[in-house]
Amino acid sequence: MSTMSDPTQPVFRLSMLVNDTRYRGITFQIIAFFAIVFLFGWMAWNATQNLAALGQNISYGFLGEGAGYDINQKLIPYASTDTHLRAAFVGILNTLLVAFLGCITATIIGVTVGVLRLSNNWLVAKLMSGYVEIFRNVPVLIWILIIFSVMSNALPAPSAFRGENATASMVMDAFAFTNRGVYIPRPVWEPGSWMVVTVFFLSIVGIFALRRYAVKLLFDTGREIPVLKLSLAIFFVPTLLVYFLTGMPISLAYPSLQGFNFQGGIQIFGSLIGLWFALALYTGAFIAENVRGGIMSVSKGQTEAAAALGMRPGRIMRLVILPQALRVIIPPLISQYLNLTKNSSLAAAVGYMDITGTLGGITLNQTGRSFEAILLLMLFYLIISLSIAGVMNIYNNAIKLKER
Amino acid sequence: MKKTVFLGALAIAGVAGVMASAQTLDDVKARGALNCGISTGLVGFASQDANGEWQGFDVAVCRAVAAAVLGDASAVDFTPTTNQVRFEVLNSGEIDMLARNTTWTFSRDVDLKLEFAGVNYYDGQGFMVPAALGVTSAKELDGATVCIQAGTTTELNLADFFRINNMSYQPVPISTASEAQQQYLAGSCDVYTTDASGLAATRAAFEDPSGHIILPEIISKEPLGPLVRHGDNEWGDVVRWTLNALIAAEELGVTSANIEELAAGTDNPEINRLLGSEGSLGEMLGVSADWAKNAIAANGNYGEIFERYIGQNTPIGLARGLNAQWTEGGLLYAPPFR
Repeated sequence: MSTMSDPTQPVFRLSMLVNDTRYRGITFQIIAFFAIVFLFGWMAWNATQNLAALGQNISYGFLGEGAGYDINQKLIPYASTDTHLRAAFVGILNTLLVAFLGCITATIIGVTVGVLRLSNNWLVAKLMSGYVEIFRNVPVLIWILIIFSVMSNALPAPSAFRGENATASMVMDAFAFTNRGVYIPRPVWEPGSWMVVTVFFLSIVGIFALRRYAVKLLFDTGREIPVLKLSLAIFFVPTLLVYFLTGMPISLAYPSLQGFNFQGGIQIFGSLIGLWFALALYTGAFIAENVRGGIMSVSKGQTEAAAALGMRPGRIMRLVILPQALRVIIPPLISQYLNLTKNSSLAAAVGYMDITGTLGGITLNQTGRSFEAILLLMLFYLIISLSIAGVMNIYNNAIKLKER
Repeated sequence: MKKTVFLGALAIAGVAGVMASAQTLDDVKARGALNCGISTGLVGFASQDANGEWQGFDVAVCRAVAAAVLGDASAVDFTPTTNQVRFEVLNSGEIDMLARNTTWTFSRDVDLKLEFAGVNYYDGQGFMVPAALGVTSAKELDGATVCIQAGTTTELNLADFFRINNMSYQPVPISTASEAQQQYLAGSCDVYTTDASGLAATRAAFEDPSGHIILPEIISKEPLGPLVRHGDNEWGDVVRWTLNALIAAEELGVTSANIEELAAGTDNPEINRLLGSEGSLGEMLGVSADWAKNAIAANGNYGEIFERYIGQNTPIGLARGLNAQWTEGGLLYAPPFR
């Protein structure tokens, strides 16, 4: 006799969507979703309507038209007769270049300063905290302008290198530091130079193989080999040997003053240097704080245990503390990289032709297609930011604590 | 159903927003002030004096229009605009007119839906170099580093000039004029290029103006003039004919000194029509009968404005050149007032 019947399901009424806590959350989420979709849809619709009323339909046809302006720093061939699209690509490459250089430099500065700030040496620790506080608390645009104008005013103009009584001279006859940028020698590749390059890369692979072998040897037999000396030997000897055997196929073209400017070498533009250093120093200050936080999150017992095993401070930091600290450091580091990349759009202040300067600057002005250009810019920065975050997340997953 | 009504209402609101811009003249009258877009600061054309009042050649056009429409030359709210945003600011309705050394080009007139009300300064792009450089012609600038203001027609002219003459150069695009001058003075570029009038104005502000020379080549035509939004012809007419009135006044010998006397009536019917003592030009334009008299009285006629702000006796020291009356070999030629 089964009197135990299932409790009758209450009949679903429409009012339960609001009054019943089981459904209320979902109801409001759906309402919010539609409200947001509607809001953005309306904004887009309104924009197209108003542009159409002004007689300006959204069109990307301008990308195929001739740009008509020149760009100073171009990583791919570009002339004023090329299209706006190609000008945009030149800008994209310039953005990526300064973001790449900036991220690497900021990381090096950040890790160094972050570690040194925890130093027991009072002077070093205070100097580093001074750096962090000064750079972190002044807007990056100001730093860009400061570093750029210091460069333009402190360094000599190319004309100062001219004549008998030149007031400036080149460093080692190869490097010229001017207020338009730094000129360095340019390698000239002659036939046969590929062999030298190949051998060079092979020897780098060899160095990594050697280090692996050395670790394995140490673990298996407890025998140590002089890794540093052998690495240096592998780095230099084969490459130099091939270089001289093939008859010195790589030479250097030195910059020399011709006319108004230095010609013949590679010019690293002052605007690139100013932007790069400012972004690196600014973001480096934030990364330093991340690194310091990460290191302090590793319990002191780890250091003491490592010291008890007889490890020296440098090794403790490198082999015990930093690998654990990385788990705390990496996630905020990702957002610092994103900040740096997005801050590179301040390039216009110093005339560095990044994507904001080409597509979002001159192209926008010359064609008047501001709506289209800004949409493209947003899309570009979105893709770049998501890519950086994606790559860094893969790295983060690789080093994070493996939970089993 | 309800949604459709809502969307419809929004559509009307959106269209109404655009329609409203077609009656700028009424808006200005109702507001009692003219919103005028000017440069962010170019000595002689638009700059603030010691009292914070905007003064200059372009500013005078704004004041003349305000005087013509409202009878009060001081009823102007000035909006300084940069090269990059000037057209958006105008098209969005934030300002009623733009008087900001803007070059009249085909694509701006046709594609950007702007309407140029005439030309108040015939200019051309030139080059300025330090005298110590020893350059006497723009053809000797092969390989030079050139500072330019980004977002102007000068970038395109520059690229064309160097391409035609088979020369190379390095552009340094700087977003504001002052920053570009800093770079030029620091020697991080050899040449500074912009409109010749702008070069003269810039040089006048230097510590040592004689240390810099403006090269003889003028590489482009730069007719600079005030502009309004496309599609509001009544308002466009007001600005166009105010400018023409200033030019015609100089041709007819009407100055701020004798205007009261001439407004009472003269033997010259053209002067009478211009100053409103004969005919009904003001009524046709939708403003008061003494509109042109107010406009001219505000700052004087074209010649007076020129001499006061950018003429030979000012630090800018520009000659009339192309900007003389057609009767004196220049290009200024106001259509007849009848």
